[in-house]
Amino acid sequence: MLPSETTPLLRVTGLRKSFGDHEVLRSIDLTVNRGDVVTIIGPSGSGKTTVLRSLNGLEIPDAGEIIFDGGPDLDFALPIGKEHRYALRNRSAMVFQNYNLFPNRTVLQNIVEGPIRVKRVPREQAVAEAEALLDRVGLLEKRDAYPSQLSGGQQQRVGIVRALALAPDLLLFDEPTSALDPELVGDVLQVMKELAAEGWTMVVVTHEISFARQVANEVLFIDGGVVVERGAPERIFTAPTEARTAKFLDRLLRPLH
Amino acid sequence: MDLSLFLSSFWPILLGGIVGTIPLALVSFVVGLFLALGVALLRLSHLRVLRAIGWFYVSVIRGTPLLVQLFFIFYALPGLGVLIDPWPSAIVAFSLNVGGYAAEVIRAAILSVPKGQWEAGYTIGYSNTQTMWRVILPQAARVSVPPLSNTFISLVKDTSLASVVLVTELFRVARQIAVFTSDFVLIYLEAALIYWLICLALGGAQGLLEKRLSRHVAI
Repeated sequence: MLPSETTPLLRVTGLRKSFGDHEVLRSIDLTVNRGDVVTIIGPSGSGKTTVLRSLNGLEIPDAGEIIFDGGPDLDFALPIGKEHRYALRNRSAMVFQNYNLFPNRTVLQNIVEGPIRVKRVPREQAVAEAEALLDRVGLLEKRDAYPSQLSGGQQQRVGIVRALALAPDLLLFDEPTSALDPELVGDVLQVMKELAAEGWTMVVVTHEISFARQVANEVLFIDGGVVVERGAPERIFTAPTEARTAKFLDRLLRPLH
Repeated sequence: MDLSLFLSSFWPILLGGIVGTIPLALVSFVVGLFLALGVALLRLSHLRVLRAIGWFYVSVIRGTPLLVQLFFIFYALPGLGVLIDPWPSAIVAFSLNVGGYAAEVIRAAILSVPKGQWEAGYTIGYSNTQTMWRVILPQAARVSVPPLSNTFISLVKDTSLASVVLVTELFRVARQIAVFTSDFVLIYLEAALIYWLICLALGGAQGLLEKRLSRHVAI
């Protein structure tokens, strides 16, 4: 199939994954259109992070399909080779909960490493693009700092820039603000909100209900390895139809009862 | 104590260190490190047979005395038609030995790098090999410095064993002077002192290296 504006960027069907005896994902379906922001919510251990990691080839599902418009088109019932995994990683970039910046490299080196070494972008161009992105998130003056010299919020913004610099078709966020002090969360969410407004396609695992509400097109509530409920954020957050969704949201919004 | 004997023998013994002990230790250490990296990677392979080879190598090297390894190479291999000169024999034996011990250090250092660093490498598009070389090994190197310095300092002292396979190094020179002068107490104390001085200098170098490698890393 030729890439086109109407075909979804990503289609996931019947994703299954077990770790030993523990079945983490049982048949997950997900469709992401270009420009969509899909947020995945759910209790810890629900499998939401595993879904995200599967999209980037960090986990290899046991069964199901991940089909990117323009490839790869992977059926996990068949053996998955290295080249499939690399093809999958090429389509998306991950922003991690714990940032995972390279501690022995400067901010700039962290960002240009992928473009230069993997995408073969000429160094001057990669540096110029990295600087422009850093400027956007207000961190240009930190270009030569090392990650240990930055706050968590700054590190995460560098993590986002590192992902953007790869110019992926899809941005994946794995609880990007969960490790941050509360007062630093806003800066990171603001950057993500701007990216969404610019039309980046994003899948975001998060507990930030206000972010999901303002930015997402679709919210998936995952529990026990299945999508319990999905829909527009307004509806999910105000009138969930499933009892499990309501209970989860209630706990999230009123932790003390 | 015979001060004039101490002074007149100091330079010849130290010279034995400079032309024997130190080059022997340096060459063996460098060769051994390459070997160790290879063995560490074998031990971390996802292929069972490669892991087994790595395990076997480390087990043999660590499970047999260095002196026996050295004797085997120099005195036993000729019986199998393999004749090796003293210097190459010593270098082979010490390199193999460092390869075994340092392999475990390097393996542990690689395992100490957080899993998230592998994932960060993957997500910027690196292959497994690129992630290993560009992300993991540079960080493992920093962690390895203190234990590898230990290995090196042990090696410097272990090179005294090379005197039994006729390599002219610090301790062989000392032995010859001791036999010649019959002042074993003085000469062997002096030899020990020179080894100690060399190791003190190495300890200082280790400190500088550690400082340099960890300058950007928060503790």
